[in-house]
Amino acid sequence: MGDHSHGSPENSGTVAKADDVAQDRFPDPGLPPHRPRLADRDPRAAKRHERQVALLFTISIIGTLFFFVAYFVLGHLGDMTFAELRVQNAALGLGTAFAMLGIGVGIVHWAKTLMPDHELVESRHEIRTEADRQDAVDIVDTIIDESGIKRRPLIRNTLIGAIALAPIPAIFMFRDLERSGKTAGEMVEQLRHTMWDTGVRLTRDPSGTPIKASDVQIGSAFHVIPEGLNEAEDVLNEKAKAVVLLMRMDPQEMNISEGREDWNVDGIVAYSKICTHVGCPIALYEQHTHHLLCPCHQSTFDLANECKVVFGPAGHALPQLPITVDAEGYLVAQSDFHEPVGPAYWERGQ
Amino acid sequence: MTTTNEYTASTKTGRLANFVDTRVGASTIVKEFGRKVFPDHWSFMFGEVALYTFVLLLLSGTFLTFFFDPSMTHITYEGSYVPLKGIGMSAAMASTLDISFDVRGGMFMRQVHHWSALLFVASLSVHMLRVFFTGAFRRPRELNWVVGGVLLIMGLAAGFTGYSLPDDLLSGNGLRIIDGVMKALPVVGTYLSMFFFGGEFPGVHVIPRLYSLHIMIVPAVIILLLVVHLFMVVTHKHTQYPGPGRTNDNVVGFPVGPVYAAKAGGFFFIVFGIVAFISGIFQINPIWNYGPYDPSPVSAGTQPDWYIGFVDGALRLMPGVLGDFSFVWNIPFPWGDNSLVLSVLLPALVPAGALFAVMFAWPWIERWVTKDNREHHLLDRPRNAPFRTAMGAAGVVFYCVMWAAASSDLIATHFHVALNDVTYWLRVLFFVGPLVAFWLTRRICLSLQRKDREIVLHGREAGIIQMSPEGGFSEKHEEVDVYKRYVLTNFNDNQYIPAQPDAAGHISRKEKRRAKISKFFFEDRVAPVTPSELEAAKAAHGHHEVEGEKQDSIEK
Repeated sequence: MGDHSHGSPENSGTVAKADDVAQDRFPDPGLPPHRPRLADRDPRAAKRHERQVALLFTISIIGTLFFFVAYFVLGHLGDMTFAELRVQNAALGLGTAFAMLGIGVGIVHWAKTLMPDHELVESRHEIRTEADRQDAVDIVDTIIDESGIKRRPLIRNTLIGAIALAPIPAIFMFRDLERSGKTAGEMVEQLRHTMWDTGVRLTRDPSGTPIKASDVQIGSAFHVIPEGLNEAEDVLNEKAKAVVLLMRMDPQEMNISEGREDWNVDGIVAYSKICTHVGCPIALYEQHTHHLLCPCHQSTFDLANECKVVFGPAGHALPQLPITVDAEGYLVAQSDFHEPVGPAYWERGQ
Repeated sequence: MTTTNEYTASTKTGRLANFVDTRVGASTIVKEFGRKVFPDHWSFMFGEVALYTFVLLLLSGTFLTFFFDPSMTHITYEGSYVPLKGIGMSAAMASTLDISFDVRGGMFMRQVHHWSALLFVASLSVHMLRVFFTGAFRRPRELNWVVGGVLLIMGLAAGFTGYSLPDDLLSGNGLRIIDGVMKALPVVGTYLSMFFFGGEFPGVHVIPRLYSLHIMIVPAVIILLLVVHLFMVVTHKHTQYPGPGRTNDNVVGFPVGPVYAAKAGGFFFIVFGIVAFISGIFQINPIWNYGPYDPSPVSAGTQPDWYIGFVDGALRLMPGVLGDFSFVWNIPFPWGDNSLVLSVLLPALVPAGALFAVMFAWPWIERWVTKDNREHHLLDRPRNAPFRTAMGAAGVVFYCVMWAAASSDLIATHFHVALNDVTYWLRVLFFVGPLVAFWLTRRICLSLQRKDREIVLHGREAGIIQMSPEGGFSEKHEEVDVYKRYVLTNFNDNQYIPAQPDAAGHISRKEKRRAKISKFFFEDRVAPVTPSELEAAKAAHGHHEVEGEKQDSIEK
């Protein structure tokens, strides 16, 4: 350990370095002299600080006791109202805060006012001395020599081969993180299919009641799930792909591309609700501008132009679900989506 | 060695201490660390805050594990929070609600855990900024800088894996975004997502998997790196700010026992107290308001936890289409089209990747440009390294623009401006902001350095107006004392180093590049005042300026 010294201009334990002077630098004046604090000179001030520290520790004790009051008196198991819970939570927090701050502030106050504030000087040492380096090299050489790993390349090479191979099974073990038994092709293919199929009724989310074409007014929007979703095996998995937004627009205002002329019912159109950016549900429909907005990253789609992207980070239009009406006047799907819903992925293609 | 000569303690405590000492050799440890000197400065506390909030995370997190059920099994909530009674949700969500409403103090512990996590990443970040701006990463501490950077990344990982566990609507949408980003990765993305979620999103496997990562793997890595980090701090001994008596060869500060231990130990309780206060008063992550995860609804104004914001913001800034051009590229292959989802890949990977790459490489970049391979135990005042401070400021602005973008919708609603305009402006700032920040910061640093020169050469403003016999008014200037002067004049003055030929007399292209960067960084510089300059200034001013010389009054 370095030689400690109390800083003073005469003896700070440091010397101005020769090269600094050679570079026309100001010499190091050494540590400034120590300035005594109030408590160093005045015993009454020291006594006062002592009492303050003790008071802070006492506050901590009171804080801990208050915690118990909050825990047992303000809190009880079962049927607590939300307001009661809030009060209890605040009281637990305040009790803990006082308990901890009392200790912390007390100790720091003690250290700052009553413990010595003389700065000590310690010298730094070389992180690695040359002698140590040579010793280490000798030791490593001895180890290599005694193990014979250099002289016996057969051992070395087979060991390298064995060690390189041994961890690979550990990586393959993770194959069954996905254990549906599907092939790679089937895994990718399932992203192209949803619960929608010919004749599947459009129903309200979450109640599952079917929707008549006559229920859908111009400007209105429905959150839609396929009929039977709530009884499906993996409700959330199916729902994550199948949710649809149903809106009605004046057919005159819509630009309909070739092949999609009969996908709407008198201006009633259904589009996937899953954003083509990274998959958030597109929850906002502004009927005035007929724009759909995703609240996560603000991708905006224009309903009048088959939900093409007009703003934001989405890279392609929302897939449209072709719909029609069945004999009873309920809206049904003509088929599944004609393209995968949701975010784009490597195998998606056009 | 005979037992008769062995030391025996006279008191009970002494005997106990002696027993332990003779078994583990504690005397050596006390001798090594008992009076070890640590420099003191308020900016050194950020690392401590990070350490202490991590301890709080371990304490509160352990409590939470006793009650939390990391299962996605679908159940019906029957707890005491009335508005959600009878609603279907995962066991993870239900047990989180139970912790909040049916375990006494559970809400408080959840709040402590969440607030500590937010503070943990914040203090890690600020600590790294402190290290960067003061040049504490220079030799011999480059590796510890890298360890610190990995700790920051692990902090983000810990935060995100934990954030998703309650399986509420907000965090579920966060996972949905992760799924989208994963799927954007070329070739492997779809499979990666399938393996991560155990099939299609959301599946029933992801919460238990995140739980394993969150309570075992990530904390274990953090603890391991933390030990390495602190071990290196001890090996290197702490850096110190420059000043009189503080050199590259010494450490000036307070001994561990009692002062430093008291201050640092006391500070743990202060951090705990402050976190407890915040957790008692301010609500965080009210999952009961969000409800259980459902792929269909989402609330407007969704925000991730602050530290994920910069990636989320980058996702928002990226345009998906420009006119008819789409950033989802469909590449025709013989077997069909494949999609390269640049609209997601670029913002998700490039800005964060660039930020961390420059951050990790910076000690080596700086060493290469400055040709400075010396050990540095004295910190730089940020103004005395204008190039580095400017780079840091550019990085901060780059980060903050993305961070602001994560709240673009809230900015728009709060300030009643168009959401699209906010995004357009932030897109411009994304590119222009760092450049302006670099230029501006460097000018400010150089100006501050000139101010320092001014103070040394002509004294500090005394705040006393003098009237000369001619009737003119002027402010009295007092010469600074030798200690202050030493602080203002003693700094590492980097200069432009032109391209140097190698041993064969050839100037390599790499060396020319280095020289260009060196010129860019160090062409504009303000040199420290030298004694001869001060002499010249004094001679020019005459002696009336020097009468305020404080030197003798301090040395009395």
